[in-house]
Amino acid sequence: MAEVRQPIESGVPDHVQYLHPLMKKNYGSWKRHDRPRPGVLHHVAKGGDEIWTVKAGTQRQMDVYTIRTLCDIADKYAEGHVRFTTRSNIEFMVSEESKVAPLIDALGKDGFPVGGTGNSISMIAHTQGWLHCDIPGTDASGAVKALMDELHEEFIREEMPNRVKLSTSCCAINCGGQADIAIVIQHTKPPKINHDMVANVCERPSVVARCPVAAIRPALVNGKPSLEVDEKKCICCGACFPPCPPMQINDPEHSKFAIWVGGKNANARSKPTFHKMVAAGIPNNPPRWPEVSAIVKKILAVYKEDARAWERLSDWIDRIGWPRFFEKTELPFTKYLIDDWRGSRSSLNASTHIRF
Amino acid sequence: MAKKMHDTPMLDQLEGGPWPSFVTGLKRLAKDNDMMVDLLGQLETSYETKKGYWKGGTVGVFGYGGGVIPRFTELKGEDGEPLFPAAAEFHTLRIMPPAGMHYDTDILRKFCDVWEKYGSGLIAFHGQSGDIMFQGVSSDNVQPAFDELNEMGFDMGGAGPAVRTSMSCVGAARCEQSCFDEARALRGVVNAYLDDMHRPALPYKFKFKFSGCPNDCVNSIQRADMAVIGTWRDNMQADEALAKQWFAKHGMDELVNDVISRCPTKAITLKEHAKVAKGGNISAVAVSDTHSVEVDNHNCVRCMHCINVMTGALATGNDKGVTILVGGKRTLKIGDTMGTVVVPFMKLEKDEDFEKIIELAGSMIDFFAENALEHERTGEMIERIGVVNFVEGIGLEIDPNMVTHPRTNPYVRMDDWDEEVAKVKQAQASAA
Repeated sequence: MAEVRQPIESGVPDHVQYLHPLMKKNYGSWKRHDRPRPGVLHHVAKGGDEIWTVKAGTQRQMDVYTIRTLCDIADKYAEGHVRFTTRSNIEFMVSEESKVAPLIDALGKDGFPVGGTGNSISMIAHTQGWLHCDIPGTDASGAVKALMDELHEEFIREEMPNRVKLSTSCCAINCGGQADIAIVIQHTKPPKINHDMVANVCERPSVVARCPVAAIRPALVNGKPSLEVDEKKCICCGACFPPCPPMQINDPEHSKFAIWVGGKNANARSKPTFHKMVAAGIPNNPPRWPEVSAIVKKILAVYKEDARAWERLSDWIDRIGWPRFFEKTELPFTKYLIDDWRGSRSSLNASTHIRF
Repeated sequence: MAKKMHDTPMLDQLEGGPWPSFVTGLKRLAKDNDMMVDLLGQLETSYETKKGYWKGGTVGVFGYGGGVIPRFTELKGEDGEPLFPAAAEFHTLRIMPPAGMHYDTDILRKFCDVWEKYGSGLIAFHGQSGDIMFQGVSSDNVQPAFDELNEMGFDMGGAGPAVRTSMSCVGAARCEQSCFDEARALRGVVNAYLDDMHRPALPYKFKFKFSGCPNDCVNSIQRADMAVIGTWRDNMQADEALAKQWFAKHGMDELVNDVISRCPTKAITLKEHAKVAKGGNISAVAVSDTHSVEVDNHNCVRCMHCINVMTGALATGNDKGVTILVGGKRTLKIGDTMGTVVVPFMKLEKDEDFEKIIELAGSMIDFFAENALEHERTGEMIERIGVVNFVEGIGLEIDPNMVTHPRTNPYVRMDDWDEEVAKVKQAQASAA
């Protein structure tokens, strides 16, 4: 037997070796920052050192040519150190203000938009989709590319009331995460079961246990041990599909997008909030998903017009109320938007607080 | 020169427009990489049929039980052969980045070289849990690719029922709002539990996240089983020169409408200098020749809003530490849960503080391993057993900061109420 290599279980590497020298020197002793223009941060250390950061959008899923281009720019126009944000923007750090403009030019020439700072619309946090996921209802990179093309102007400017964070997810598990606006594909029909396969592929008790609404039970179908779904109870969440692929949840015709608004992870002003569903039944229409973009752009336009400075989407809705949100965005408020999941009564209006 | 490209009329429509195109990137790779030619073929098929074609499986590296996301194509012809054979195996390696996702160009170029040699040439910075995702590699090349990355000082991330790759914000490296050394905490905690990451044996995933301040830039309350968030317990700091500079630029309307009236606990007031309150919990700073901003720090909830607006003029305090929340997660299976407070404040400065948080993380993992049901996250377990059982189970003290408000129903057995009162009084007496 060939000799096998034991892994070096080194864990998380030491970050200090990759820090820009000024970040290493002033680690933990920064004083303040400002934003000289959209896409640029200027930090001042307690000791007086200054560092400029130029932020640019990327496609997240990057080919080596793109990464090498970014490295070439970092070596030629910046100082060889970069970092990525949680929304897959790349940041270049420089120690002199005079390097900022040429760096921005170089990024622009190679097609990287500079922005994403302050009260802009930043890059969309997203999932894998058809490119790599095993339970995707749609693509992620493509939907994000199509939408960021349309939101590009708001990425490179700082003209929104406050920062806007978006996410997309290719199933209701919502790996893309909470956001001011989240775009989530939703399965709308129960799984179609291939009964010939279930006994061989699935550990049936754990599939039964996985269902959030206890809609799955063991059954004998055509003489074979299988599973059956109470289709009236089923909420089409897809949780049974990963442990039991013969319970096919993906359905090209009936997978529809839902749009959620008002998620906020910061503790600033109000406590963190979850996003809320405001639209559903939107068709899954590759390659550019125009129906999704239209609704997202409409919500953003109304928010931009109506919200006050520093109001995140959730702060704005808190002030104007949900009825007016639906009125202004022209989205239909249907009975399906009234929650009936566990704990849902706390989402009902237990008061006479009503705006007229 | 690779095999002939498939027609991709749908994907081609994602090449135009101002945002960088991943399709253009895939096509560049396909020029001399058969795997990418066929990956484009399969992806185009997904765009046409609106169906995904990947299934999981078992692929790994020697010595570890997780970290590789196996993907085998299900897009096969009637003969059972893959329609796009060069991309029939398209696995992902999850590799842990340095905390704060800092790199130099040298290491990024080395990543590119390794992935061009063994994989598809497609790398995602980063996945939603924070991994560097080296996407697209055949089963045979998983081990040699990992070996080279591992020799460069990088290790496998988490997948499956395991401790997962962690994330922290930029933090102390470049942010004045940082309240602790996020990267040190991340590295200390995760590296202490690598066995639970690399040999998945927990009920389900367990995620740590570290945010330097309550702006929570890594979304830890909503996404982490254990969220560590920087805060402070003394008075907010103020800088008069910067406060006056801010006021001169922004004026009274913005001070009142954007700062004072947006304070969630009405802890900020605008006062003539002579009327500013005295007292240990008051921070005050002059913004003009006549007026000061006064902050009642006992009623400040450290939300960060005023500091975000008047950065530098107002700042976090000096007696810094962290708040720890537990049980955040995404939708499956009971619906989203937020993390809730289990440690209102702990210092995180000295070596022994870092040892303490590593121990606390360990007791949470242990409790989770012993008490959660299969495929149950910490937040779901807490919902099932009650937060008191969890808090007592890991040896923490009950604290009113753990609730929004006390119980609103009488349906509870309180057999040892008197003993609990005695315990609280004893704790108060020994703290005094």
